[in-house]
Amino acid sequence: MIVLVGRRLVLAIITLIIISLIVFLGIEALPGDTATAYLGQSATPESLAALREEFGLNAPIHQRYFNWLKGVVQGDLGTSMVKRKPVADLIGNRFRNTVVLAFAAAFVGIPLAIVLGVIAGLMRDKWPDVFVSTTSIVGMTLPGFVTATILIYVFAIRLEWFPAITLVPSNVPVVELLPTIVLPIITLTLIMVAHILRLVRTNMIDVLTSDYVQMARLKGVPYWQIVFKHALPNAMLPTINVVALTLAWLLGGVAIIETVFNYPGIGKLMIGAITDRDFALVQGIAIILAVIYIALNLIADILSMVLNPKLRSARGH
Amino acid sequence: MTVTSPSVEQTTTVKRRSPLAETWENLRRSWAGMLGLGLIILHILIATTSPYWVPQDPFEMNAEIRTLPPSAEHPFGTDKLGRDVFSRSMLGGRVTIVVTLIAIIIAIIWGGLLGIVLGLLNGRADEIIMRVVDALLSIPWLLLLLLIISVMGTEMWVQALTFGFTYGILTVRVARAATLDYVTSEFVLAARARGERKRTIVLRELMPNVRDVLLVDGSMNWSWMLLGFTSLSFLGFGVVPPTPDWGFMIAKNREILAVQPWAVFGPVIMLSTLIIGINLFSDAFAKALGLDRSQGAPV
Amino acid sequence: MSDCLVEIDDLTIGYFTQRGKLVHVLQGVNLQIKPGETLGIVGESGCGKSTLGQAMMGYLRSGSQVLGGSVHFAEQDMFSLTGRQLESIRGRQIALIPQNAGDALTPTMRVGKQIIEAIELNANLSGEAAKERMIELFGQVRLPHPEVMAGRYPHELSGGQQQRVVVAMALAAEPEMLVLDEPTTGLDVTTQAHILNLLRDIVTEMGTAMMYISHDLGVIARVSDRVALMYAGEIIEDTVVVEMFKSPAHPYARGLLESIPRLTLAGIPNSMPGQPPIPGTLPGCSFAPRCPFVSDICTSEPPEFSTIPGTPHLVRCYNWKDVLETDFSQELQGVFHTIKHVPQDEPAIELSEVEISYYRPRFTDRFNSDSEPPATVSDITLSVQRGETLALVGESGSGKTTIVRTIAGLLPAKDGVISFEGFDLTVEVDHRPMELCKDIQLIFQNPDASLNPRHTVAEIIDQPLKLYFPKMTRDERRACQVELLERVRLDGRYRLRYPGQMSGGEKQRVAIARAFAADPEVVLCDEVTSALDVSVQAAVLDLLADLQRERNTTYIFIAHDLAVVKAIADRVAVLYQGRLCEVGTVDEIYSPPFHPYTETLLGAILVPDPDYEPELLASDTPELAPPAKGCSFQRRCPYCLGDVCDQETPPWQSPAAAKGHQIRCHIPVDELDRLTRDRNMDHVNGSQAVDVSPQVVVRSGSGLDIPQTGSGVR
Repeated sequence: MIVLVGRRLVLAIITLIIISLIVFLGIEALPGDTATAYLGQSATPESLAALREEFGLNAPIHQRYFNWLKGVVQGDLGTSMVKRKPVADLIGNRFRNTVVLAFAAAFVGIPLAIVLGVIAGLMRDKWPDVFVSTTSIVGMTLPGFVTATILIYVFAIRLEWFPAITLVPSNVPVVELLPTIVLPIITLTLIMVAHILRLVRTNMIDVLTSDYVQMARLKGVPYWQIVFKHALPNAMLPTINVVALTLAWLLGGVAIIETVFNYPGIGKLMIGAITDRDFALVQGIAIILAVIYIALNLIADILSMVLNPKLRSARGH
Repeated sequence: MTVTSPSVEQTTTVKRRSPLAETWENLRRSWAGMLGLGLIILHILIATTSPYWVPQDPFEMNAEIRTLPPSAEHPFGTDKLGRDVFSRSMLGGRVTIVVTLIAIIIAIIWGGLLGIVLGLLNGRADEIIMRVVDALLSIPWLLLLLLIISVMGTEMWVQALTFGFTYGILTVRVARAATLDYVTSEFVLAARARGERKRTIVLRELMPNVRDVLLVDGSMNWSWMLLGFTSLSFLGFGVVPPTPDWGFMIAKNREILAVQPWAVFGPVIMLSTLIIGINLFSDAFAKALGLDRSQGAPV
Repeated sequence: MSDCLVEIDDLTIGYFTQRGKLVHVLQGVNLQIKPGETLGIVGESGCGKSTLGQAMMGYLRSGSQVLGGSVHFAEQDMFSLTGRQLESIRGRQIALIPQNAGDALTPTMRVGKQIIEAIELNANLSGEAAKERMIELFGQVRLPHPEVMAGRYPHELSGGQQQRVVVAMALAAEPEMLVLDEPTTGLDVTTQAHILNLLRDIVTEMGTAMMYISHDLGVIARVSDRVALMYAGEIIEDTVVVEMFKSPAHPYARGLLESIPRLTLAGIPNSMPGQPPIPGTLPGCSFAPRCPFVSDICTSEPPEFSTIPGTPHLVRCYNWKDVLETDFSQELQGVFHTIKHVPQDEPAIELSEVEISYYRPRFTDRFNSDSEPPATVSDITLSVQRGETLALVGESGSGKTTIVRTIAGLLPAKDGVISFEGFDLTVEVDHRPMELCKDIQLIFQNPDASLNPRHTVAEIIDQPLKLYFPKMTRDERRACQVELLERVRLDGRYRLRYPGQMSGGEKQRVAIARAFAADPEVVLCDEVTSALDVSVQAAVLDLLADLQRERNTTYIFIAHDLAVVKAIADRVAVLYQGRLCEVGTVDEIYSPPFHPYTETLLGAILVPDPDYEPELLASDTPELAPPAKGCSFQRRCPYCLGDVCDQETPPWQSPAAAKGHQIRCHIPVDELDRLTRDRNMDHVNGSQAVDVSPQVVVRSGSGLDIPQTGSGVR
């Protein structure tokens, strides 16, 4: 099994390298000269040359790539030409803030989704299932920003329970952030629950109609024992991957939620960076998010292997 | 070697139906599916014909009737610039639907072709390309889209290409998986054993089966694409104003959400009904074809 | 009758289709089972036997409902018990042994835990006592190494081992009754024999009653005390096992028993025309459309059970007296016919030292010199004459499908020569010239899978025509399609049908038509009758033999059913773990001297004769891979000589009288002959078992004497 984990790890690293290549090359390929953007009005041929020298912009592309990669691994994400600050500083606490948001949403959403999905699967076609399934369609079909806007309307404007947008700057301690993120968390949770729930429900139904559950029933095993010992462990196996994928998707979509709520997270920063054509910043953010995505997938794979006996033997039987 | 137990010998009553008719029959039986199909058709009709019958001029700005609540002349009220929200909502889907429909066709074709080719190759090249695909998929989708759009511009054909390309990547996976699935089926093996050329096998044996998978995936993909496109519009990277567009309307009209929520609800209702329609239809369509809806995560 | 353990009374079960139509699955079923008795339920697919087994446990598939009647077990009505009551009966008093053990075991739970679960729930033991009981059960089902085995997951066990685990779970509480639904389907012949022996021993030891459901008549003959035959949802004959097999009274029973290939009778039997109807759709007897004894009343009024006077024999027929007029065993002789075809003396396909391997080296294995496993198939030297039928026989892992697929060009051969008319067949099909592809055709086992569900029959047959005869016009092709369909005895109208609209037998005939559309020299048949109902197999065999006679086609025929092989083959090659054991004509293979594996195989076959007991000559330990050197059978061979069998490849030997007969063994042929000659192979060659000796039958008004067989009533 260590062999399999090792293999996954190697694959993950290879994928990361490919991503870094794509990110780097892709952004380098975009039009616009960074040096000119940096100096703006005060650009003279000499200052431009000096700048290029200073930032190593004259080096051949593969060297720049390796330099950048080396920096990334060491924690130095380069320097933003637009804001004239190191990228890492610009990211600052925003990454942490996004993690807090995502983590809180996951903390609430994932267990909720699993529980509701299991219940929906157990009570197939009865009212709890119908209710849960229909409401989850809402979360799935509406874009995040729509759900967010509706929630704002209901809870912030009409009921005034929560603030509509976040007014705190990015570097406040986490504790102060919490009250402002209730609505964003609800939004994210709704979306996550909708996606995960449907799959959990399908898995549950498949498992409940399987031969081995039928066998357990005919063995005289009581209902709840079947659910917990025979059905759930098997239904959960494919769920792990879905959870990982949904979390990863979340990373991509969180930017919109952050924009709606004006939340000081990395997503909002990313959108700004693109608008400003701040490529170094974009590169830095992209690579961070990609690393997280790969890490999540890796954890999901390993978890799957741990829980699914069939995946453990290398050659199977 | 497992010996399968005998197949049922009873002949079912011979129905003179082709698979196509069979599918339609199954679809017809699902009220949700028919509802979904109806919504889709309704939206397409509205998008194509709305300029001819909307009550007000969607572009006309009138400072005197700004931010008005719904009334008989303005069923959804007016926005900050005095424009009729209802008319704008009716037209707001035109660009969205056209672009996404074209993009979906592009996605199915390019994603499908590449996926099938990879599924058939199944060798070194396949592994490498799949790694690249995986890598591309790990870049946050929003980032990818925004980058490309911000560079390439917001003309309709550019957007169609971009969305077609990016969402096509998802299709590659699906098509490849389906191809791998069918390639090992016995009727393909039988064709191979006969000495059929690869091209014939792909076109005659694989395509009819993979096509169904691609169609279902395509319809699901369409709904993801709508989410993505409207999100981009919401962020301001989509349609160029003053063309009405749902995403952009929702973004802009948020400012008056407290006083005139219908300026937001109008486009929201339009967008939601279309996406719900697509989802309902996709589900029923997949069931009618006897397929499991693809369990891919959204992008 | 209160002394019955099971009483099923007029049970009718059905379900509503999506359109609201009512479909019957079981109709008015009446059965009794006494304590300790084994009742065999026999029927072909669709007759409802599985549903009956489930109903026995009080279980209904979702959507089905009991429309009438009852199922009583130990005086309790199974369908009026509460969930909790059912839970306490199931597993404890009545236990199920399902068809597919692998699917019936929860994949995420260790095997030992699942057995202990059964013990704790049903035998009311826990902790140490439960563990002890588990070890005891392991012993009872003859699974070795309980400590190791219990910690394994279901997918880590072989089919036979999984089945034994399921039996152990069922026996946990020493139930009064077992319900078995085709438990040995999918298992090898030798494994099956072991499992059945096990079941019989357990039943005798514990006095358990059994309801054994199967479509395999040999299995039913072996395990049952009484037999109930089902057709279209009804029981149509119910009697003691000897009578069912020696003098069946229902026309369907006769027809069924007459349509099975038998080892003791040469040739192919007649098959029954037609198919079973959907239960409840005919006004009279369900079998009337196909019945040779049909009379007017049969089509208007469904018959009730008649008891044959003086016997426990029940038959649902108006005309049973007419049926019993002819003596069954004599009738049986007449039913077999041979299609004479003499193969030519020139070779069609020759294989020489062929080696095939599935192993593909991975990048990392370059550093591991040791890692290449023994080839899947090795050292195959065979010659198939033109117009001959060579059968490849062997169990799972024998490599027969691998060899055939390599000949077809779907797999590359690693080493060796395969030639056909000067062409090299070790080349894969993509690189073969079209005329070669045309001459070698392959037919698969499962027509559901080998016909594209989206093509009509016309398109399916058109494919090879377009490919191999590009000069044919569309009209010529259409005419050819019709001709081919008629040749395989299907009406021309089938052209426009889709596979989903045809029965299994019909689909397989389309597959045969497709293969012959190419007008091939060689047809490779991979278990082409195994997925079909018993009564339909004979028709397909007949068709193949007929086509061979007409076109002088060469067949390489894979089958696991040795009776089918005897019916159709000229020569046989026996394979074990990818290596040849014995090659010879049918007569030579089926009579001594035998290769030890052939002997084991033949000893384990079951025949539709209740008097016969198979012999288990080798254990059924599963083989994971062929041995690296030496004889392939060394690990299970009862005559293994030790080192020499382990180290050296056994030489080919022939008995003096038959140079074409080759056996691969270290033991000299004469010695083998001596060792194996005493083995009782009557069931294979039929010396005394089915004799033409006249049977004394009294046909007065009072009834019928039960005909006596040579070895006495069981």
